[in-house]
Amino acid sequence: MTTPRDTGRRTDRSPWNWLLFVPIVLPLLTFLFNSDEPRLLGFPVFYWLQIAFIAVGVGCTTLVYRMTK
Amino acid sequence: MSGHVTEIVVFTVLFLLVSGMGFVAARWRRPADLASLDEWELGGRNFGAWITWFLVGGDLYTAYTFVAVPALLFGAGAAGFFAVPYTVIVYPLVFLVMIRLWSVSHVHGLVTPADFVRVRFGSPTLALLVAITGIVATMPYIALQLVGIEAVLKTMGIAGGGFLSDLPLIIAFVILAAYTYQSGLRAPALIAFVKDVLIYVVIMVAIIYIPARLGGWDVIFGRAAEKFAATPAPNDGVLLNANNQLQYVTLALGSALALFLYPHSVTGVLASRNRDVIKRNMSALPAYSLLLALIALLGYMAIAAGVRPIGTDGNTVVPVLFDQMFPDWFAGVAFAAVGIGALVPAAIMSIAAANLFTRNIYREYLNKNATDAQEANVSKVTSLVVKVGAVLFILGIDPQFSIDLQLIGGVIILQTLPSVAIGLFTRWFHRGGLIAGWIAGMGTGMVLLYNISNPVTDHEHFGGSAFQLAKLGLDTKMTVYAGFLALIVNLVVSVLGTLVARAMRAPDGVDGTKPGHYTADEGDPRVKDLDLSGST
Repeated sequence: MTTPRDTGRRTDRSPWNWLLFVPIVLPLLTFLFNSDEPRLLGFPVFYWLQIAFIAVGVGCTTLVYRMTK
Repeated sequence: MSGHVTEIVVFTVLFLLVSGMGFVAARWRRPADLASLDEWELGGRNFGAWITWFLVGGDLYTAYTFVAVPALLFGAGAAGFFAVPYTVIVYPLVFLVMIRLWSVSHVHGLVTPADFVRVRFGSPTLALLVAITGIVATMPYIALQLVGIEAVLKTMGIAGGGFLSDLPLIIAFVILAAYTYQSGLRAPALIAFVKDVLIYVVIMVAIIYIPARLGGWDVIFGRAAEKFAATPAPNDGVLLNANNQLQYVTLALGSALALFLYPHSVTGVLASRNRDVIKRNMSALPAYSLLLALIALLGYMAIAAGVRPIGTDGNTVVPVLFDQMFPDWFAGVAFAAVGIGALVPAAIMSIAAANLFTRNIYREYLNKNATDAQEANVSKVTSLVVKVGAVLFILGIDPQFSIDLQLIGGVIILQTLPSVAIGLFTRWFHRGGLIAGWIAGMGTGMVLLYNISNPVTDHEHFGGSAFQLAKLGLDTKMTVYAGFLALIVNLVVSVLGTLVARAMRAPDGVDGTKPGHYTADEGDPRVKDLDLSGST
């Protein structure tokens, strides 16, 4: 059969991709956030820190997106 | 019912307005012809960043999420918050995996995850297993969207028991079925805009207005802690304990891995225009995670507000909270947001399930030379059948049971990870090994789930997803997500099976893809117009 030629040298690989593992691993480390104090706006650490991880996720994916564009 | 007239009117008006949009959607972005799967199912594979954002968001954050996650926090506390780390983990994962699926699907004209497995491993059997897994896992998911609508209808006092009281639910789904049939993926894509605007407005108001009325977040967390301290259940509380941390982590990771194996999320991603749209979305979609975190905390607000669920249906806590806290007209808007929030994913899910049937069962086994128009027709009809099935499901059985099935759905869809997700990176596995792994993982998952009891809901079997490690003979009270254990078994058997198959020189399927296909982008040549018979 005929197949289209391989599309040049384009690749998914980039050292920046390693940064994506930060937001994958961070939320799995329960010892970081499984406590009550210090509270932020009345939120226990458990809640505000995990919400903060969302920002870490956004930061990392955005950075990798920009760098591998 | 009398106290809810304003709510019902607002709800109905918004609901009908959105349904009208669903029908008009067929004309949106003017396709010359809807009679092909690319058009009907994937909206012409041409959605840009904004539409994809709304579509995938509407797809992943369902009515069930809005209703069930806070219900989990209401009932069990911190353990229910797993939904937040889960949605943090999922996007970077997808960033790495799904763009490859998009590329290879673009080159080969693939529509479903099973299509990919078919081309990659040259095994119709493995593709069939993946397709069936997808359909079975999706059905209860659709039914759960109905649970979301039902919770709202119950709160407005227009559902409960008897045939007549089920009528509103049936009407809602008939409307949904009709416009999905007509407009395909364009309908939920267009409606997703309205849904999101409504949801965002409602939640923003809720998280400012309700805590202010209840006396602030300190009070809310304090009352939640008091409630959990007073219950005899060992694993609830506003924080995790030593025994449920492993469950929390494995459930978050397992759910993240499962999410993009679901056929409906694949549909949302494949409908985007190019790789850039997907990548950009993965950094923008977490805006929904923030929303989800805030929605989850509605569960604690309900505790602080002294909400009592209707009957034994825990899913009604959020609607009841809205009903108690908001003025009637705004409660109506909130209910409409949940109701419409159910329609978007239900439409996408039924489309995705229908396509699995069409592409991997109908075309593979029933009519090998199906034309594009025939495929589109079969999918349309199947999407109706799937929805009727979901309605019967919900009318016929206890909603609690459908939640159990959803749980099983998550565990079984995870078993397609080795062939679909890992298959995107390596062709090392032998098709025989993957089939063996699928069987082993599926079997393990079922046995584990069967052995999970839940004293709270009085279920002896299939009572949750937290498996007690003690049942394996380990001296611990820790629990772990059943799907995660099953996946490990699956992977081990897949590896061993591959080694055995290689040692026995069992014939392996032909890989129809080339490395370059996984990085192809918009505008690159496709296989489709060349010789299809060689690659599929």
